[in-house]
Amino acid sequence: MAAVSSRNQRFGRLVAILAIIAVTLVFLSPIYWIASTAFKPRNVATSVPPTVLFQPEVTPFVKLFTKRVQLKQPPTPEVYAAAPWWEKAIYDGGERILKVGNDVQLSQYPNRFLNSLIVSVVSTILAVGMGTITAYGFSRFRIKGEADLLFFILSTRMLPPVVVAIPMFLMYRSFDLTDTHLGLIILYTAFNLSFSVWLMKGFIDEIPKEYEEAALVDGYTRMQAFFKIVLPEAATGIAATAVFCFITAWNEYAFALIMTNRRAQTAPPFIPSQIGSGLPEWTVIAAGTVLFLLPVAIFTFLLRNHLLRGVTFGAIRK
Amino acid sequence: MPPVPIDQSDRGNVVAVLATLDSGSRAAAHGWSDLTIRNAFIIPTIAFLIIFNIFPLIYSLGFSFTEYQVSLNKPAQFIGLQNYADLLSDPAIWRSFTTTAQYVIVSVGGQMIVGFGLALLLNRPFPFKGLVTTLLMLPMMLSPAVVGLFWKLLYDPSWGPINYALGIGKFEWLSNRVNSLFAVAITDIWMWSPFVMLLSLAGLSAIPKHLYEAAAIDRASWWYTFTRITLPLVSPLLLIALIFRTMEAFKAFDLPFIMSTASVETIAIKLYQMAFQGWDTGRASALAYIVLIVVLCITNIYVKYLNRVKER
Repeated sequence: MAAVSSRNQRFGRLVAILAIIAVTLVFLSPIYWIASTAFKPRNVATSVPPTVLFQPEVTPFVKLFTKRVQLKQPPTPEVYAAAPWWEKAIYDGGERILKVGNDVQLSQYPNRFLNSLIVSVVSTILAVGMGTITAYGFSRFRIKGEADLLFFILSTRMLPPVVVAIPMFLMYRSFDLTDTHLGLIILYTAFNLSFSVWLMKGFIDEIPKEYEEAALVDGYTRMQAFFKIVLPEAATGIAATAVFCFITAWNEYAFALIMTNRRAQTAPPFIPSQIGSGLPEWTVIAAGTVLFLLPVAIFTFLLRNHLLRGVTFGAIRK
Repeated sequence: MPPVPIDQSDRGNVVAVLATLDSGSRAAAHGWSDLTIRNAFIIPTIAFLIIFNIFPLIYSLGFSFTEYQVSLNKPAQFIGLQNYADLLSDPAIWRSFTTTAQYVIVSVGGQMIVGFGLALLLNRPFPFKGLVTTLLMLPMMLSPAVVGLFWKLLYDPSWGPINYALGIGKFEWLSNRVNSLFAVAITDIWMWSPFVMLLSLAGLSAIPKHLYEAAAIDRASWWYTFTRITLPLVSPLLLIALIFRTMEAFKAFDLPFIMSTASVETIAIKLYQMAFQGWDTGRASALAYIVLIVVLCITNIYVKYLNRVKER
């Protein structure tokens, strides 16, 4: 009897592990597909049937960063021989890289990527900074109507971006904030602030009050205790909150679509807009996507132990 | 204050030093009082949120009672509740609400089933468990706009890998309303099932083992154990996942907008078109308020359940 059940158990375990492998492969296949497309030669990307094995190349990334035009006539052998490998790759595809003098003309992608970086980093610093001190206030002091205030703070996070964007667009127009970094930074800070307060409150609640009380007895002022005792204790929480805020700002689409179109445009509205212009070059779009998603993928691994907490606004700690 | 290294042989001095430090704690009295600190820590955040969230909403509440188009150089004209009356009798708006509701049911329903199923599957020891769980979590961290874009590529009727893998020829995923609703929902399920899985796993791992042992001794069937032990104990977290995802799916904009604007016209997309393509600011503000009220109601329920789980 025991032997039978243990054999059954072993069989069940094997089936479960096979199922887990299958499910993981299915879930990751879209990501694999986009990542591999970024390294495919152009004709392979849209071949029928889909190509799985191919000679990878980085030409899509060269194309992503440069401005190009169709070649009218092939380059002279001397020009071709003198060109660096990445320029040769473009010549091979029947195009040439646009230059001013000797300088390669960059595409808009690096600029949009930089915009994303500026807006996400600055708004994250603001949201986490304000969020941390506010969370400390809520965690340590008695506040009238605390629950209502916290609900109010969270409710601002739940507002659909398009709803907020209608009046904000009108206000930004009169203050000349449309299509500026500052405009997006304000919106993203407001959007992340509530999240940051809730998440940080969870982290600070976990730091024993006794630590600060001991410091106060030792003659620290409340501010010193906050900066020298609470902040170092909360460092992990601050880092996790910052990464969450960064990812949210980095991924945000609706506000960026509505409020920016050129100067301050971030990557999420920019990457899809590339499809509209002429024949979509999926390999180039995939290359842009891979570079854009890479930071988030890395951050997800760093965050893995805090994901549950993050997605429940700090309510469930595990 | 940084701890000063103290020579052990010098105990008398230490006391003296401590005494001076303590008199220094009068500086504490000169420092900010707790009340000042509390206000200085909390008021900026509240003020920021009021200025950049609440004030704009009051501003648009005003516009919702007017006939106003930003594109025209005409001042807003007060028309009372006309915008709301027009919206609620407009079949196009109701169609959008219906589409949104269908999208919510298909997409959130799918996420609950797939997510909980994944959690049941993963709730056992196996090699590389941490790595696999994190990898499965990846989709929900990615930008919906970019995810929508590359799923469009996967769905391509003539060369997309999905049609090829399923062997269904040139199936047009994103052509008509029904197909695209399911296509967008499948993408959303792919993105957000991991969220349900994450919460369910937390619930499952918190169930005390001895309950299952007791059930095994009583020779309870798998189904009985599942419905009497597993489900009731995980349900608070499942409920939180359900409410949160319902709210998010109700607001769905990025995915359907990128993938299939014309066919999956959710209420958020309708709102966007009215406000930023038709520039019908007055009417859009009114619709925004209708959406806002629904979202706030769901938020209220959500926070109530969040706090309930928190207290446990």
